[in-house]
Amino acid sequence: MATERGDNERYRQLARRTLMVGGLQAGMISLLVGRMYYLQVVESPKYKMLADDNRISMRLIAPSRGLIVDRAGIVVANNDQNFRALIVSEQTRDVDRTLGVLSGIIQLSPSEIERIRHDMTRRRRFVPVTIRENLTWEQVSMIEVNAPDLPGVIIDVGEVRSYPFADQASHLVGYVGAVSEKELDDDNPVLALPGFKIGKSGVEKTRDEDLRGTAGTSEMEVNAYGRTIRELSREPGERGRRVTLTVDSELQLAAHKRLLQERSAAAVIMDAQTGAIYALASAPGYDPNVFSKGIPSDLWKQLLDDETTPLINKAIGGAYPPGSTFKLAVALAGLESGAIGLDHSVTCGGTFQLGDHTFYCDAYRNGGHGTLNLTEGIAKSCDVYFYDVGNRTGIDHIAKVANALGLGLKTGLDIPGEHTGIVPSTAWKKRRYNQPWYAGETISCAIGQGQVAATPLQIATMVARFASGRAVVPHVTKEVFGEETASTDWPKLDFKPEHIEAVLAGMRAATDHGTGSSVQIKEPGMQMAGKTGTAQVHEYTLAEHDKSRIAHVEGDLPWKLKNHAWFVGYAPEDNPRYVCAVLVEHAGQFGSQAAGPVAHDLLLLAQQRDPARINVSADLGQRPI
Amino acid sequence: MAQISFSEPEPRLGGKLKMLPWFFILMVLVAGLAGGGALYSAANGSFMPWAKPHLIRFGISIAVMLAFGLVDIRVWYRLAYPTYLLMLALLAGVEVAGKVGAFGAQRWINLGFVQIQPSELMKIALVMALARYFHPRLPDEVRQLRTLVVPVLMILAPTAFVLLQPNLGTSIMLMMAGAAMLFVAGTRIWLFVVVAVAGAAAAPVAWHSMHGYQKRRVMTFLDPSVDPLGAGYHITQSRIALGSGGLFGKGFLNGTQSHLNFLPEKQTDFIFPLIAEEWGLWGGAALLGLFALMSYYGVGVGLRSRSQFGRMLAIGLSVNLFLYVFINTAMVMGLIPVVGVPLPLISYGGTSMLAVMMGFGMLISVLIHRDIKISRRYPLGD
Repeated sequence: MATERGDNERYRQLARRTLMVGGLQAGMISLLVGRMYYLQVVESPKYKMLADDNRISMRLIAPSRGLIVDRAGIVVANNDQNFRALIVSEQTRDVDRTLGVLSGIIQLSPSEIERIRHDMTRRRRFVPVTIRENLTWEQVSMIEVNAPDLPGVIIDVGEVRSYPFADQASHLVGYVGAVSEKELDDDNPVLALPGFKIGKSGVEKTRDEDLRGTAGTSEMEVNAYGRTIRELSREPGERGRRVTLTVDSELQLAAHKRLLQERSAAAVIMDAQTGAIYALASAPGYDPNVFSKGIPSDLWKQLLDDETTPLINKAIGGAYPPGSTFKLAVALAGLESGAIGLDHSVTCGGTFQLGDHTFYCDAYRNGGHGTLNLTEGIAKSCDVYFYDVGNRTGIDHIAKVANALGLGLKTGLDIPGEHTGIVPSTAWKKRRYNQPWYAGETISCAIGQGQVAATPLQIATMVARFASGRAVVPHVTKEVFGEETASTDWPKLDFKPEHIEAVLAGMRAATDHGTGSSVQIKEPGMQMAGKTGTAQVHEYTLAEHDKSRIAHVEGDLPWKLKNHAWFVGYAPEDNPRYVCAVLVEHAGQFGSQAAGPVAHDLLLLAQQRDPARINVSADLGQRPI
Repeated sequence: MAQISFSEPEPRLGGKLKMLPWFFILMVLVAGLAGGGALYSAANGSFMPWAKPHLIRFGISIAVMLAFGLVDIRVWYRLAYPTYLLMLALLAGVEVAGKVGAFGAQRWINLGFVQIQPSELMKIALVMALARYFHPRLPDEVRQLRTLVVPVLMILAPTAFVLLQPNLGTSIMLMMAGAAMLFVAGTRIWLFVVVAVAGAAAAPVAWHSMHGYQKRRVMTFLDPSVDPLGAGYHITQSRIALGSGGLFGKGFLNGTQSHLNFLPEKQTDFIFPLIAEEWGLWGGAALLGLFALMSYYGVGVGLRSRSQFGRMLAIGLSVNLFLYVFINTAMVMGLIPVVGVPLPLISYGGTSMLAVMMGFGMLISVLIHRDIKISRRYPLGD
């Protein structure tokens, strides 16, 4: 039949075509399996890594900051527990109600609640938002007790830096603060951790890298929304290294306390031989504990506006005209340059004439000091003697020696904020003012006035160098993680020993029968040698300047215009160990009146305590942490 | 002389039950249960919200499949055109009364008690209608161009409606299934070449008329890194799921990509990467093999049928199943753009499972009634 034939024909065609379709399908299936093989076998390692990248989130665990201890092991920078209240919005059904209940316990202000709500809208519902930091024990226990009424509120323990000595060592130890945008470092992701603090000043800043420690890591499995499913592994970090200071906290405390009797003052007590700082005080100070928790802006403004500059470490960051203390450098410069001999003597009649200009001495009213040799010139602090020496020596020789004694450049103390001070020279004046140097300027500089400026630390360093004959460099860090950090083997100064000895003889004479005799230590074997200084700050004309020196103890001048009082000394005088420099800012009194008694007290205490012998870490017998 | 042949005995119900293809039913069961397992894993080891409804629907669908299988093939023959027209009307209906679903696409009709997706049912209806159309036509007639006008329109009409929804995946499936049927029906091969060339020439026009999201899918398919967090995210995460599964997989319920929600739409279109992540290359290839076997079984059923309607119906349904599987797996592997085609019996979704199982029912019907001849001119009931 035709139709049967037609049907057979189309069946054969259908079978043929179906076979072709089937073949095509087989090819397509091979393509699929081939693709699967490529993805799941050939490229599998790559995709396994990508899958792990997806699901594994590395979290950094902030390391515990290293402690700072004094030379006796007494902690001066500690880590306290910081109790924080956090809220997880997805765990609380009614955020307003929960915050309301909480407000009854820790008094939340409307602005705080607004901030919390703002943070909540910005984060995912399972991410905790900070309600309040630095909760007290009472607040924590109240929150815990009321936990059933506070769904979603959790207490978290962090660390906050605390400074047991508060303002007494604030400038020395420094403080920590939040990492600023500029300080962020791509190589150090721990800096980006919320709440991570770094050293902002003092030892906290200098030794920040040691104190920081190494962040730990925690591998968390997270889902596509970033929610943590579980912790896969944890590698604890390494806590920051312990930093041991050369400072004797007892002495530091005493120094600070003593300075607080003055309106604004600074003191340095250091080891004459090693350069180790035993106390570095600047008063008034500030409470670094406030800084590490975040300082209120009104308090910050108040500190900034205070004319006693509590934020500045005056012992190292304040440059003052050194007054008569500078005469020690001028004397050595005179001797070293050959301008004067050891037997150089000057007759003081109260004035010194240079050209048509007259310079006055303190003893002008009394008809002058009479004829003085170098020792007595230093002891009586005769201005005329040093006008003469300065005039003979010349500013450039003075500058060279002053620099070698540590003036006019940073001493290299291992905390930030050091002022360079100023030791002028012809080159300096050319550079700074593009003007020639006048001989009259040397006369002012010779008594530590004019352009000369120095920090208490520089003055202390200068005397330590005289006392030891070595180029000691001051330092506050003794050990990091049990390892000595500072060298104590300083090179000898390139000055003739007899020249140095001549200056030391002058200092001994000053406290024996000179300007410093009133503050000499009475205890046998503890006598000090020293030098007073009284420095003018008022910007007088040259004529006024010289006249006003005669009657510089004016009580009616504004505080800011009053004289600075200096005293620098070392003890014991026959075997120099401790150097102490004291500056009383705008004391309005002679150095021997305002600064001398402070130096007396501190050098006496230093010798009684003898911190140079306190070296506890060696016999701690334990691994320093 | 055309007449209904009674030379073969009419099969009775008991006889039909004995003729049920148990091996094929077993394959269907394995696929459906594998889907249940995958959905159980997709819900992180829970029967809710997907595995349980899936398995219940699968149970109902098995009953529907068996019921359809026992229905006389001549009934399907008779119902072919009405079904097609009904589905075409429903497709037109979604344009009017359709409810906005995923991606703003209008794909659902809410009949009150159930939401149906006419486009899924249309895949079956089109195959029925084309088989019905070619049943009485002998090769000489098929080779004439004018014979092709009606079937081409039959393909293009629903394709156009589905494209309007817009649903690129289903329109591609309708086109390809229709083309495959025209091909096996005996249409001249050069026609396909002409259409292919014309299609390539029209591609820019098609590109121009595509929706923004469709263009984006094509673009991201070509380069997923263009939009790694947007449309490219699907493809990238899907590849990571597949690739990280490796040869043997991470183990049941241990897929990280799916369990941590990196893999989007893991319960619907992207369920294959979930399976391949947990069961590896072997698991994924085995599932592909199962579908290939089912597809070839369908072709076998078609080639054994004595009626042209039965042959074309079975082959069409088999091609349809193949297209589902190929388009879905090829898109999750990044071989073709993401067009939104579910993996039959595995992906979560009622209509597509019902449609596929109805198709399997008709396939069984073709098998059971393979010896029944259907008059070309005067079909039963005319």
